[in-house]
Amino acid sequence: MPQSWRADTKPHKFCPGCGHGLVLKCLGQAIDELGIQGKTVFGCDIGCSLLSWDFFNLDSVQTHHGRTTPVVTGIKRARPELICIAYMGDGGGYSIGVQHLISAAARDEKITAILANNTQYAMTGGQMAPTTMPGQKTETTPYGRDPETTGFPLHGQEMVASVSREEAYVARGSIANLRQLKSFIKKALENQMKEIGFSFVEALSACPTNWRTNAAETWDFIEEKMPVYFKVGETRKNE
Amino acid sequence: MNKTTKIVLAGEGGQGVQSVAEIIAEAANEEGKQALYIPNFGVEQRGGVSVAYVQISDGDIGAPKFQTGDIVVALSDRAVRRTVNYAGPGTTFVYESGIEGIESELPQKAGRILPIPAIDVAKNEFHPRVFNIIIMGAVIGATGVIPLERAKAAVEKKLGYKFEKQPKLRDLNFKAMERGVELVAEA
Amino acid sequence: MSKKIVEQEKRAFMTGNEVVAWAALAAKADIMYGYPITPQNEIMHYWTRMAPKYEKSFLQTEDELSAGFTTIGGVMAGRKAFTATAGPGNTLMQEPMSMAEMMRLPTVVVVQQRGGPSTATVIYSQQEVTMTSIGGNGEGMRIVYSTSSHQELYDYTIKAFNTAWKYRFPTFVLGDGYQAKMRESLTLYDPEARGIELIPPEAYVGKEGVPGKDRPPAHFRNTYNMEEELYELVMDALQDYEKISPDVAEYHSAGIEDAELVIVGHGIVYRAIKAAVEAMREKGLRVGYFRPVTLRPLPVPQIKELMASNKQILLMESSYGQLARLFKDVAYGSSTKINTFFKPGMGITAEEVEAAAREILK
Ligand SMILES: Cc1ncc(C[n+]2csc(CCOP(=O)(O)OP(=O)(O)O)c2C)c(N)n1
Ligand code: SF4
Ligand SMILES: [Mg+2]
Repeated sequence: MPQSWRADTKPHKFCPGCGHGLVLKCLGQAIDELGIQGKTVFGCDIGCSLLSWDFFNLDSVQTHHGRTTPVVTGIKRARPELICIAYMGDGGGYSIGVQHLISAAARDEKITAILANNTQYAMTGGQMAPTTMPGQKTETTPYGRDPETTGFPLHGQEMVASVSREEAYVARGSIANLRQLKSFIKKALENQMKEIGFSFVEALSACPTNWRTNAAETWDFIEEKMPVYFKVGETRKNE
Repeated sequence: MNKTTKIVLAGEGGQGVQSVAEIIAEAANEEGKQALYIPNFGVEQRGGVSVAYVQISDGDIGAPKFQTGDIVVALSDRAVRRTVNYAGPGTTFVYESGIEGIESELPQKAGRILPIPAIDVAKNEFHPRVFNIIIMGAVIGATGVIPLERAKAAVEKKLGYKFEKQPKLRDLNFKAMERGVELVAEA
Repeated sequence: MSKKIVEQEKRAFMTGNEVVAWAALAAKADIMYGYPITPQNEIMHYWTRMAPKYEKSFLQTEDELSAGFTTIGGVMAGRKAFTATAGPGNTLMQEPMSMAEMMRLPTVVVVQQRGGPSTATVIYSQQEVTMTSIGGNGEGMRIVYSTSSHQELYDYTIKAFNTAWKYRFPTFVLGDGYQAKMRESLTLYDPEARGIELIPPEAYVGKEGVPGKDRPPAHFRNTYNMEEELYELVMDALQDYEKISPDVAEYHSAGIEDAELVIVGHGIVYRAIKAAVEAMREKGLRVGYFRPVTLRPLPVPQIKELMASNKQILLMESSYGQLARLFKDVAYGSSTKINTFFKPGMGITAEEVEAAAREILK
C-alpha cells in the first residue's frame, strides 16, 4: 500500500473491479516517490471520485460537481508552495466543469488535474457522458449512443492540449498499463513542482458496475475498444 | 375501518429484501388496495443494511416512513440492530433464527417474536436462491394482507420469463412461498 | 398525429419519476432537456425510453445551466419543453429561471428535492422551497406546486404545462426524493378524455411570415437601460402575478372550524399530518390541518383567515423554516402563535406529528 494512502479507510469504497482505485494507486505511488506527501493538497469532484475524500493521508477537499479545478486553482494561487491536485471524472471534467478545465489550462495554472474516463456518469447510475462510445448503451441512450444526435466521443485530452501552453504536460494513460500511467502522473506532478506549468493526465478507467461487464469484457473494453477513440500517450511534454 | 398494514424488511445486500417488498406491494395494488413501497437509498448504501418499507391499506396511506411496524422482518444481525426500534407492543418481529448470539438484542417490547429458519429451509429443502421467496411467504403468512394466489401471480409476472424456460422453477418458487407461510404459522 | 399515451384510464403502481415521464407525455410535452442528478435521473431514463415512440425529443445537456437555457429555447420555439433537476442542479437552474421570470416564459421544471446545502444527500428534503419559490435575482414571479402523492405528481405535472402556457410564468412541480423513488398506486388518464383542455403552445420566435414584411419582427430582451423602464416592466408583471394569484393558489384543509390546533405543512409532510390528524380526531382531539398546494403564490386570504381565527398553529417541515418564512410573511400582523417543528433533510412521520401536537394541546 502506498505510504500516502490512509490505511484506516481501506479497503476503499469503490466497487470491485473499479478503475478509480488503480488510478489512485498510481497517484499514491507517484506522491511517495516524489516525497511530497507533506505539501500536497488533494481535491476531488462529485462522481465516484468523491469516494476518495478520505482516501489519502493528504489534506483533502471534496467540492461540487465539476468545480474541483477552480477550488484547487484557488488554493494554488493563494499558497503557491503547495502541490495541488484536482481529481475528477469525465463528466465532471469534460461536461459540467469543462469551462474550468479549459480555462485553467489556458491560464497555465500550476496545478495537476487528473481525470478518470470511464465513458459515462457512474455515480448517478450510468448516463451518457461526452466520452460515451458510439452505440454504447447508457441509461440516457437506451438504444445506444447515436452520434447523429448526440455527437461523437469528446477528445478531451487533445482539447486540453490544444489550449495548453508549450510548457504544459498533457497525457493520456490507461489502467491497462499502470507503470506507464504512474510515470505520466509523476511527470505531471514534476511539472508542477518545478513550477513549469499546467499539467493534466486523463486515465482510461473502468466501471464494471454500470457497464454491466464481467472481468473479461471489462478488460476487452479498456484494452481494445476505448483506445480506438482515446489514444494513449503524451500529447504535450516539456523536455 | 381504514387500517394500514406497515411492514419493514431489512437484510444484507443480496438477500433480496427490496424485491420481496416490491412484489408484495405490487400484488396488493393488483388486489385493488392502496400500496406504497420505499427503499432506503443513498450514496453510502453500498455495504450497508438494506431496508424496505411497505404499507398496504384500503384507504389513503400516510407518510412513506413510520416509526412502528406491524411486521418487522430482520434477516441478519445488523438488520436486527437496525430495526429493533421499529418494534412496538403491536409488532410481530420475525427474524432469521440462524443468526447466532442475537437473542439479547431482540426487541424487548415487541408483541410477538417469531424466529424462522429460512436460510436452513432454503438450503435443505429447496435452493438458496429462493430464500427471499420463503421470506415473502413468511410476510404474507404473518400479515394476511394479500391472498397467497395473488402473491404467486405477482411472482409469475416478475419471473414468468424464467419459468417459461424452466417450468420446474415455478413449482420451486411457489412451494417455497407456501413453506414460508407455514414457517410463521409454526413459529 | 402522435399516439395517445394513455388510451384508457388505468391503475398503475410505479415510482414518482416514472409518473412524471408519463404525465409529461399525457400533457403532450414535446421535448425534455436534462442533466443527470439523483433523485430525478429516472425521469430522463423513462423519457428516453418512451419518448421516441411518441415522436418526442430529448437532449442531454452539459450541465443544468444549459438544461435550463435550452428549455427556454424550446418554449421560445413554441414547444412544450421541460426539464427536471434537484439540489445543486436546482441552484444552477436559478440563472435560466430568472431569465424565464423576466421574459414571462412558460418553462416547466420538475424538482425532486434532496438534502442540502451543497451536494449533501441524494435522499430527501424540503430544503429547496426558498430557491424554487423566490430564487434567482428576481421577485419570485413563479408558480410552484408542492405535491404529496403520485396521483398529485401526475395531476400537477399535467397541470403545470397548462398553468405555464396560460399565465406565462415559469412553473415548477416541487416533489422530493421520497416521491421520486417510492412506488405507489395511482390512476393514469388522458387529460382530454377527462375534459381537461390542453393549452396549446405558441411560438415566440420562428413564427409564420417574413419579419418586417408580413409581420413585425419578434424582439425579446432581458436587459434594460433605465431604472424607469425596468420598474415599469417589473411592476406590470407583478400586477399580472397578483391578479392571477387567487385563481392559481390552491390548498387543502380539514377540521379547521372547531379545531383548537391547526397543523400546517406541505408536500409529503402533509401526508404525515393528514394521517395524524385523522388518528387524533378518532380519539376525540380537536385538531385540523391546512396545507398549501401552491407555495408560490400562497393561498393568502385563507391563511389570513386561519390566522385571524385564534387557534393554535403548528407548522411542520423538513427544512429549517423555509415554508415558515413564506407563511409568516402572509400571517404578519396576527397575534396567533405559530409553533414550529423543523427537521431539515429528514422525513417526518405521523407518529412525530401526533407527539408534537399533543405536546401543544397538553
Ligand atoms: C450541479 C450538479 N449536477 C448534477 C450532479 C449529479 N452528479 C453527481 S455525480 C455525477 C456524474 C459523475 O460522473 P463523472 O464525473 O464521469 O464521474 P464518475 O462517477 O463516472 O467517476 C452527476 C451528474 C451534481 N452533484 N451536481
Ligand atoms: S459505479 Fe463504477 S466508477 Fe463508481 S465505484 Fe462502482 S465501478 Fe467505480
Ligand atoms: Mg465517469
